Amino acid sequence: MAIPRQPMPEQPPEVRRHNFDEVPLGYTEELAIREAQRCLQCKKPACVDGCPVNVAIPQFIEKIVERDFEGALQIILGTNSLPAICGRVCPQETQCEKYCVLAKRGDPVAIGRLERFVADHVRIRLMRGEKAPLPPTAPPPGAPKVAIVGSGPAGLTCAADLLNAGYNVTLFEALHEPGGVLVYGIPEFRLPKAIVKAEIQALVRRGLQIVTNAVIGRLYTIDDLLNEEGYAAVFIGTGAGTPKFLKIPGENLNGVYSANEFLTRVNLMKAYLPDAETPIVRGKRVAVFGAGNTAMDAARTALRIGAEEVYIMYRRSRAEMPARAEEIHHAEEEGVKFEFLVNPVAFYGNERGWLQSVRCERMQLGEPDDSGRRRPVRIAGSEFDTPINVAIVAVGTESNPLIRQTTPDLQVNQWGYIVTDDMGRTSKPRVYAGGDIVTGAATVIEAMGAGKRAARAIISDLQGKG
Amino acid sequence: MPNKILEKEYLAENVVSMWIEARQIAKKRQPGQFLILRPGERSERIPLTIADVRAKEGAVRLIVQVVGKTTRDLAALEAGEYVRDVAGPLGHPTPIKHYGTVACVGGGIGVAPLLPIARAMKEAGNYVVSIIGARTKGLLILEEDMRAISDELLITTDDGSYVRHGLVTDVLRERLTGKPGIDFAVAIGPVPMMKAVANLTREAGIATIASLNTIMIDGTGMCGGCRVTVGGRVKYTCVDGPEFDAHEVDFDELQRRLNMYRDHELHQLEACKIGLAVR
Repeated sequence: MAIPRQPMPEQPPEVRRHNFDEVPLGYTEELAIREAQRCLQCKKPACVDGCPVNVAIPQFIEKIVERDFEGALQIILGTNSLPAICGRVCPQETQCEKYCVLAKRGDPVAIGRLERFVADHVRIRLMRGEKAPLPPTAPPPGAPKVAIVGSGPAGLTCAADLLNAGYNVTLFEALHEPGGVLVYGIPEFRLPKAIVKAEIQALVRRGLQIVTNAVIGRLYTIDDLLNEEGYAAVFIGTGAGTPKFLKIPGENLNGVYSANEFLTRVNLMKAYLPDAETPIVRGKRVAVFGAGNTAMDAARTALRIGAEEVYIMYRRSRAEMPARAEEIHHAEEEGVKFEFLVNPVAFYGNERGWLQSVRCERMQLGEPDDSGRRRPVRIAGSEFDTPINVAIVAVGTESNPLIRQTTPDLQVNQWGYIVTDDMGRTSKPRVYAGGDIVTGAATVIEAMGAGKRAARAIISDLQGKG
Repeated sequence: MPNKILEKEYLAENVVSMWIEARQIAKKRQPGQFLILRPGERSERIPLTIADVRAKEGAVRLIVQVVGKTTRDLAALEAGEYVRDVAGPLGHPTPIKHYGTVACVGGGIGVAPLLPIARAMKEAGNYVVSIIGARTKGLLILEEDMRAISDELLITTDDGSYVRHGLVTDVLRERLTGKPGIDFAVAIGPVPMMKAVANLTREAGIATIASLNTIMIDGTGMCGGCRVTVGGRVKYTCVDGPEFDAHEVDFDELQRRLNMYRDHELHQLEACKIGLAVR
C-alpha cells in the first residue's frame, strides 16, 4: 500500500495561541524517512522547475532515504543557502509541490517539510557540538568587492552566491539587526529568529561582512559605494517600502497600526517579551484589514499578545484570499474570526484620539476585475459598526523612496519600483536589484530567486570586464 | 559597531549634550537631519536631531532631554562608553537659501535642532532673528551658541525668571511688526508652540517650516508609525520630513499621537525607580 503523506506534528491551537514558540514541530527522523520514501525519483523532475532556486529535489530526498542527512544538506546548499528558512516560509503548494507527479492523484511529497528537516537536523547537531562546523573561509586576496544593500532574502541569497564564486561581499543593513523581513516581519512562531541568525552566521563564517545601521541612500549613496568605497558592483534588495493605508477617516487615531509597524514592534523590537522596552498597544478587540500572509501573521500575533477577539476583515470572499492555505488554516484553528465581504469606511475614536470602533459596509461580488478576481461591490445601506481598540492595516506597501531620491540615473517605473532586466540589471551600469523593490510585495523565495539571478549577472558581467 | 561617546556635559537639568563618534554620519549630515539611536541592547529606537558636527573628528553632537526610559539610559552613559546603535543621517536637509530675514524660533529642547539650521541660514547670507525660550531660566540652553550666529537674539521665559516674561510667540508677535521684516520662519519646539507660531505667521503671510519629532521605529520609510497629516494628506516624517510646511500640519493630531505611549513610559520609569522588573 502506498505511504500516505506524513503529517508534521505541531503545537495544539489552544496552547500555541498563548505563546510565541514555533507552531509546527518538524519531522522526526523516522517521519522524514517515511515521507522521503514516497518520492518516485522522476527522471524529469517537474518539482525542480517549480522551485525558484532550482533545488535538486529528488537527489536530496534520496539522501534522506539513505539516512545521509549531511549529504542531503550539501545538495540543497548547492543552490539554496537558506534551507531552514525556505523550508518554513516558502509557499510549496504553489511551487515545487504543485508539480509533484503524486499531486495528480493524491498528496504531493512534502518537499518543504523535508527541506526543513534536513536543515534543522544538521543545525541542531552543530548546536549540540555533535558535529564540527566547517572552518571559516575568507575571499581570496584581491577579490572584487561587491556591496549588497539590504539583508533580507534577496540580499542574503545574492551574497551567498557571490561568496561561493569567490567575491568579497559586504552587506549593508539599515536596521540594527540583519535579516530584513525575516527578522522584522515574519513572527517568531512561524520563523524562529535563532534560525535566521544561524543561517546568517553560516554566511559570516564564509567571509560575509555585515554593516548594520547603514541606511544606503543617506549614509552612502549608490554612487558613493561605486566610486568612493571601491565596490565593483552593487545589488539593491531593500524590500518593502512605506505601508499602504485604507485612505479612510480616522486612520491616524491611536491604536491604528500598519502591519509593518505592528509586526516590527513585536518581532524586531521584541515587544511581546515582558522586559521589552518598546511598547505596543495590546488591544482586547482587534481588527486586521487585508487577507495576505502578513494579515495572518498580524492576526495571530495579536492573539498571542493578549487579544480576546481578533477579526480578519476582507472585502472579497474566502476564495480570493491571497494568503497561503496553511496560514489561513492555522489562524482559524487558533480562533481568528474571518469576516468576508466587508469594507471599512471609517474609524471612530474618543476625545483623546484613541480608536474605539470601525464602520464597515457589506459587499457582494460583481464582475471580474483586472486581476481576474470578482470585483467587490458595495451594498447600499449595509453599514454597521464594530467596537475595536486596535486596527492593523495589512493591505500592502509602496516603494521605498530613499535610494531613488539619491540616485537620479536609476530608472524606476511609475510606482517607484526599480526597473531591471530578467537578470536584475538596472539602467545604471554595475547596479543590480531584486526582490520587493523591483516587483512590489512578493514572497521570500521569489526574492531569493531574484538575488540568485542577479548574482549570476554580476559574476558574468564582472568576468566579462576582467 | 557601537559608537563611542567622546564628550558629555549637562546644559541644564535633565538636558545633556554628547559628542559621539560617527565618522560617516558626520561627513554626510546636513542641517535639519536626524538619526535613530539605541543606547543599549534592549532599548527602543529613538529619533534625535543632529545638533552639530565636527567633520574632521568624525563626531556628531546630540542634545537630549531626559523624558523617558530610553533618554534616561542614554544620559546615564559617560564619555568613553558606547552607544549600541546609531543610524543616520535621516530625513531631508533643511532648504537652506537666501530668504532675506529669517526668524528662527525655538522652545525648550527645540533650540538644539534649531542651532544648526540658524547657523546655516546665517551662512547663506540671511539676517537671522532668533527667538528662544524656555519654561524657566535653568532650562534655557545654547544661549551663547545662538547669540554667536544670530543678528538679533530675543529671549523669553514662561515664568519671567530670565530676560522677559512670556512665550516665544509673544516675542514673535511683536517682532513681526519690526524691521527688517521677516521673510521666512523656522519653528522647532513643543507641539503647542509650533502650532502657535504657525498660526501667527499664517496670518502674517510668512512661509514657515516646522521640524517634527514624532513616534518612529525604523526611520527608513517602512513602518508608518511617524505618519502626520500635512495639507490633508498623510506624510511620513522619516522619509518625507522631518520638516513640513507649518501652516499645513495637523498639530492636534500630532500631539495626540505623541501621547500614545506616555502611559507605557510612565509605567516603565516608575518600575525602574522602585527597582522592579519592567513589564
